[in-house]
Amino acid sequence: MNENTTQKPVDLNALREGDKQAFADMVQQNSDHVYRLALKMTGNPQDAEDVMQETFIKAYDHVAGFEGRSKLSTWLYRIATNEALMLLRKRKKSTKHIEEGFETDDGDVLPVQIVDWCCLPEKELMSSESQDRLRDAALTLSDANRAAFLLRDVEGLTTREAAEALDISQSALKVRLMRARMQLREELSEYFASRMAKEQI
Amino acid sequence: MHEHDMECQDIVKNLNGYIDGELDSELCSQLETHIQSCPKCQVVVNTLKKTIHLYQVDGEQTSLPEDARKRLYACLDLEDYVEKD
Repeated sequence: MNENTTQKPVDLNALREGDKQAFADMVQQNSDHVYRLALKMTGNPQDAEDVMQETFIKAYDHVAGFEGRSKLSTWLYRIATNEALMLLRKRKKSTKHIEEGFETDDGDVLPVQIVDWCCLPEKELMSSESQDRLRDAALTLSDANRAAFLLRDVEGLTTREAAEALDISQSALKVRLMRARMQLREELSEYFASRMAKEQI
Repeated sequence: MHEHDMECQDIVKNLNGYIDGELDSELCSQLETHIQSCPKCQVVVNTLKKTIHLYQVDGEQTSLPEDARKRLYACLDLEDYVEKD
């Protein structure tokens, strides 16, 4: 979540002292990003709204202890990710996860699908059916791998920030990210290859 | 991925670093040399980049619905503090 430079920066001292305006500024500047992460983690708009509300309630309760060692946005992503993971654990959605690709003894995921679908027009790649498929594919990842992928690739955090948000080492983050990226590539390759095959018939 | 198994496996091992521009220049140019001569690795690299790109585009198209935003401000008792559009 890039704190938008056109918006006034959140007054951290006022925020820690419980200033309501500073809190409102923080919520306004970060709610879109928190909601998006929550929606992509849970796959459900109502759950995403619950996670977002709970994230800001927790942030308000704990902001006095925010030391500023990480960016405010990274801290919020951390709370939001934990809230989403807790909700998913309660729902036991994580049992859906299926590994795609072939894993070597070193834990690397080797590609299986070798089809070049990059030539498909963007309109087709981002059709509403394709977008549904994209979202379904993301939900087949393990919750931990999905969180790493969303923070790093969709929210645009650096490796260090994403690792901080997940409270894991940077090398652990990279392993999760690699698995997520490769699995999503497999899923999308399978889907777009079948689309290309249908078009050729 | 059979003719150059070792090299192709090296690509997979370093794919994240390559895509994120985190490899040192020597390793990066070794990988690029291999990728240029290996159509299968080219497909993997290109489709992996495209996969990430599609998720980024999808993410950019996702925003907080206005009614959910209003409920958030109400739940946090912030209606009097937020800037109205």
